[in-house]
Amino acid sequence: MSERSSNSVAQSSLLRISLWRRFTDCFATSVAALTVVLVLLPLGAIFAYLVYRGIGSINWAFLTQTPKPVGEAGGGMANAIGGSVLILGIASLLGVPFGIGAGIYLAEYGRNRFGDIIRFTSDVLNGVPSIVIGIVAYSVVVLRQKHFSAVAGGFALAIMMVPTITRTTEEMLLLVPQSIREAAYGLGVPRWRTTLSITLRTATSGVITGVMLAFARVAGETAPLLFTAFGNQYWNLNVNQSTAALPLQIFTYAISPFDEWHRQAWAGALVLIVLIVGAVAAVRIAVRRGALAGANN
Amino acid sequence: MANQAFPRPQLTGQPVSQKTTVEPKTRPLPLMPSSSGEVADRLFGFAMLTCAVAILGLLVLIVYELVGRSQLSWHAFGWKFFAGRDWNPVEEHFGALPFIYGTLVSSLLALIIAVPLAVGVAVFTTEMCPKWLRGPLSFTTELLAAIPSVIYGLWAIFVLVPLLRQYVQPFLARTLGWTGLFEGPPYGIGMLAAGIILAIMIVPIISSITREVLMVVPQHQREGVLALGATRWEMIRIGVLRNARAGILGGVILGLGRALGETMAVTMVIGNRPEIARSLFAPGYTMASVIANEFSEATGDVYLSALIEIGLALFLVTIVVNALARLMVWSVTRGLPARAHV
Repeated sequence: MSERSSNSVAQSSLLRISLWRRFTDCFATSVAALTVVLVLLPLGAIFAYLVYRGIGSINWAFLTQTPKPVGEAGGGMANAIGGSVLILGIASLLGVPFGIGAGIYLAEYGRNRFGDIIRFTSDVLNGVPSIVIGIVAYSVVVLRQKHFSAVAGGFALAIMMVPTITRTTEEMLLLVPQSIREAAYGLGVPRWRTTLSITLRTATSGVITGVMLAFARVAGETAPLLFTAFGNQYWNLNVNQSTAALPLQIFTYAISPFDEWHRQAWAGALVLIVLIVGAVAAVRIAVRRGALAGANN
Repeated sequence: MANQAFPRPQLTGQPVSQKTTVEPKTRPLPLMPSSSGEVADRLFGFAMLTCAVAILGLLVLIVYELVGRSQLSWHAFGWKFFAGRDWNPVEEHFGALPFIYGTLVSSLLALIIAVPLAVGVAVFTTEMCPKWLRGPLSFTTELLAAIPSVIYGLWAIFVLVPLLRQYVQPFLARTLGWTGLFEGPPYGIGMLAAGIILAIMIVPIISSITREVLMVVPQHQREGVLALGATRWEMIRIGVLRNARAGILGGVILGLGRALGETMAVTMVIGNRPEIARSLFAPGYTMASVIANEFSEATGDVYLSALIEIGLALFLVTIVVNALARLMVWSVTRGLPARAHV
């Protein structure tokens, strides 16, 4: 439509002005296209460099061994990968039920002033810097336990997961038509059963997507783990001990002066990105195929 | 439950969904699953309420812990804490001004770089590019948001910083050195690097909000301006951007909130020196990165308390910034779009 209008102006007698205007139009379009290039450039650069530096360093030893002392070549990040899985597991266990529960409350019971307060609180919580959440987890868990632990790290990440899960769950539940709920009530199904087996089930794929978004967001978080999970050079699966995590290990290695550690940091970063993107993509595909119960809406 | 009302015609006029709680005292009919359903309903509602209240509780917990644990430092330094330039853990004398300065300057620098880019991307994807390109483009920009902060930092250390040191900083010093903003030895690491990496990180959030806002500008607004003979750019400028500016500003402020609290990438490239320097080449320090670097090594209660007080300040600032941004975005996407161009 826009081409047609500028063409017709061009043919009219106002040629002098319209030349200038057409030039401005072209100029603005090219500037906008240029910004897109400028934004995509670092994205491409980061991924390309990540693969370029990381792929050569990923081998079996990297995935199965614990770090070697400084100066010795080899060793890997197995403990960090395991630790990340442990911490993320704890975080999901703590955060997902609360997030979904709060989402259900907002969608099914919270169409009122109190619901608005919760909604706003959850948005505010979403904006709290991760390092501040780390401080809170430190003073709530670490100071009481008197030592760093995987639980403290999981607690911090759980706090960060809740707001995202809550808001997406609410949004997804609201998409479920009211008539479906009323049909269930009409059949004599109690409200709790309707919510769980009808509404939530219809919205499963959306809710899971929300959970995965929250998961992907916290999987790469480093700041809240610095003084909660703290990091560890050895294997640890005890939830009450300080635990290594992939992002933490990448950070430690990246700011170290050793080339061997830099190499491993790139490999770790590649593994982390693959884990995050892989987890999200896997769930997306599973949901789309309807492999998960109730996802076929 | 709805069946309970069936033998009592005077209740049938009510909406179905309310009947579950209408008559707690009637005897259950033989076919109904007795009153246990009602108890379960109550329990379920209560459990969901608990989850919702837990969110409120979390915020209260954050405030309580931060305020409680920063008391020591507050009593020792008072307001002067935020004006003091001296950060001396050995003599236990703490002033947070260098960190506040570093946070503000790096975030503002990031905004100056990111806002034109983000708005340009949003305008291009919603108004200019062919339809088939729209989905892939917005997806790739969102992908930038999925990269963890520590990976940005890693990339910045090994790619961005050498690039700045070798090419960009000498160039800036030659051409714009007279402003005083670009002088001193080009380390690569410093305020400029922090600002650039922050800019890359906040572009996706600003552009996705801007896109959202642009999309709620009514179509007839565009058609009207086009019908008056405007070119596409004039249509965008007059009909779209002017209507959406409150929402775009909201997105920008939301990006600012993100930049203020960003920790890892900044910590890795800003140089971590508590100094206030005019030159953007000089190393600096931010509120978030001083907490990240020194928290687990803080010996002494006052030291720890001072760090937590910085955390409290950061928390309060980001809350105000975020609340402001949400309100502005809501004013466009929820309220009447026409109101925005007054």
